[in-house]
Amino acid sequence: MKIANKTVTATRLVKDAIAKAKHFSDHNIFTFVNEVEALKRAAEIDAKISAGQPVGRLAGVPYALKDNFQSKSGNTTASSKMLESLHSPITATAVKLLEDEGAIMIGRTNLDSFAHGSSTENSYFGATKNAVDSARVAGGSSGGSAVATALDIVEFATGTDTGGSIRQPASFNGVYGFKPTYGAISRYGVVAMASSTDCVGFFTKTPEDMDLLMQITARQDYYDPTTLPDFYQSRFSSHDPTSSIDSASSIEKSIPSTSSPIHNAEASSSALDFDAPSAPARIGIIKDFDNDSVAPELRRALSDTISALEAKGHQIVSLDMPSLKHALAVYYIIVPAEVASNLSRHDGIRYGYRADQVSTLMSKSAQDSTLTSASDSSASATQDSASSNPLSALYKNSRNLGFMPENKRRIMIGNFVLSSGFYDAYYRKAQKARTIIIREYAKAFEQCDYILTPVSPSPAFKLGEKIDDPIAMYLEDIMSTSVNLAGLPSLAFPAGQTADHLPLGLQLVGARRSDAKILKFAHDNFYASNLSSTNRADQTSQDNQDYPANQNNNQDHRTSQEDGRE
Amino acid sequence: MKITREEILHLAELSSFSLSEEEISSLGADLEKIINYISELDQLNTDDVAPTYQVFEMENVWRADEIIPQEADREQLLATAPSEQDYQIKVPKVL
Repeated sequence: MKIANKTVTATRLVKDAIAKAKHFSDHNIFTFVNEVEALKRAAEIDAKISAGQPVGRLAGVPYALKDNFQSKSGNTTASSKMLESLHSPITATAVKLLEDEGAIMIGRTNLDSFAHGSSTENSYFGATKNAVDSARVAGGSSGGSAVATALDIVEFATGTDTGGSIRQPASFNGVYGFKPTYGAISRYGVVAMASSTDCVGFFTKTPEDMDLLMQITARQDYYDPTTLPDFYQSRFSSHDPTSSIDSASSIEKSIPSTSSPIHNAEASSSALDFDAPSAPARIGIIKDFDNDSVAPELRRALSDTISALEAKGHQIVSLDMPSLKHALAVYYIIVPAEVASNLSRHDGIRYGYRADQVSTLMSKSAQDSTLTSASDSSASATQDSASSNPLSALYKNSRNLGFMPENKRRIMIGNFVLSSGFYDAYYRKAQKARTIIIREYAKAFEQCDYILTPVSPSPAFKLGEKIDDPIAMYLEDIMSTSVNLAGLPSLAFPAGQTADHLPLGLQLVGARRSDAKILKFAHDNFYASNLSSTNRADQTSQDNQDYPANQNNNQDHRTSQEDGRE
Repeated sequence: MKITREEILHLAELSSFSLSEEEISSLGADLEKIINYISELDQLNTDDVAPTYQVFEMENVWRADEIIPQEADREQLLATAPSEQDYQIKVPKVL
């Protein structure tokens, strides 16, 4: 990535990024552009550089922040009406770590409201358009961040991945997207969705950039008790040596105990072979994931990648993981349950959207009550209780107007699976199934080092194609959610493109704490140009370097820019 | 499984939503589809399997019983409230 120095100033980098952000405004990538503050920060960094003072490892690097990370720059909206006006008084730990190293946030990026969705179409601010084909979705929920990175507006962007929300948009736009081991990066200051699967991660153009961001942010945090003791140890040697985690004690601390099925002793204790090419590895392929419901071009990308890996001396292992076909149902039970709990805090009292006047509220809910009791007597009981208590009416109206339909679906499904009579059959059953899925992964990692699968069943779909069918939208997550349920790290990487130039993506899943190994393996085998030129995966990496698709986009959008849009 | 109107209203009550008539019918139809989809989990045998509620390697961590300064102060937190008066968050009259 481009880092500010004496010849390339931070001001130059930031100005370029903001100009590009404005240029691509019709992609609806940003909910906020941080122009004034970003330039001020850039000037501060430039002053330090010219005075010969030390600067951070991300000095002057422009980045985009998914709009569910709190910071004092701009409102933290989560692309919702509920939080549209929330100016947070706190800064997320991940943001603080990045900005302490000199990274400069140039804008907040669009997402599905509260990160509920797989296309960024559920945003209160409208859909974000795909980087390559603006008639198609960006993927989601971190769609804005993926497109900002793919269009080369920023060097990297933050994301959150609860069931695929980094990996799927990364694959739809042709960039790298990493979901680390559960607990690697602090979630303090990030709008909560599902606490047992939410992960902070990034979008980058290379695995090596991802490695640098992991070095900076994968830290235990006092403010997030679910962060793991420091374990991330880079396998790249080229970074500033001060960057590596120094204490041997942190490795010692990270050696897992054995009280739970998810523990995998593999992790951090193995000897580090800095910059040596990855040793021959065993790559697991999940038999059930290679079937007719997967787009033919994606299946071809998978088989091409397998051939290329075999040619490099890696061994392919076929895995039988029969419980994974239930992972999506398990996910859409557990996650809505956690969503219902986490989003119950949004009640219009302490922060966020509050429905207007109480008097208006009362008359509105009284009206509703009249309407519903006229049509159905069973409804009136509910509405009556709302109208008789103004505080309850305030909660209900604020929540009803502040949330999008998909937020409501998930909250209501969550309350369904948690309600008495259904708890055992759904919620508890799903948590047992989760144990089976975790065990199946543990067994798989006895047979292989990494698992290679598509990220989603097809490349980017058309805007509007699935928005009215929640099940079709949920099926987007069928190959990504099991990874979150088991807390594993996974890197989505570009693996060629369709005949129409739509990006194709695959993911490389590893055991817990194998994050650094995954990134090095991806660098050696998918990114670095040491593969034969016929390899599609490698070609894509090269494509990403010169962004031919973006050149086209530049031309496409010049007209609209000249029309007076910024 | 058929989801009745009464069940939708019950879930709306649990969720604190004042749904419009239109939403009762559209969300009702969606919820029924979703519940039917997730019900496929019936096919997986989970007898004698312990549930996993979290994938964090939970260990108790002791800390000193001392107050750690928080980033946001009282004024800043009150400033995020939609309505505030005399250092208190204002809500509609309940009694």
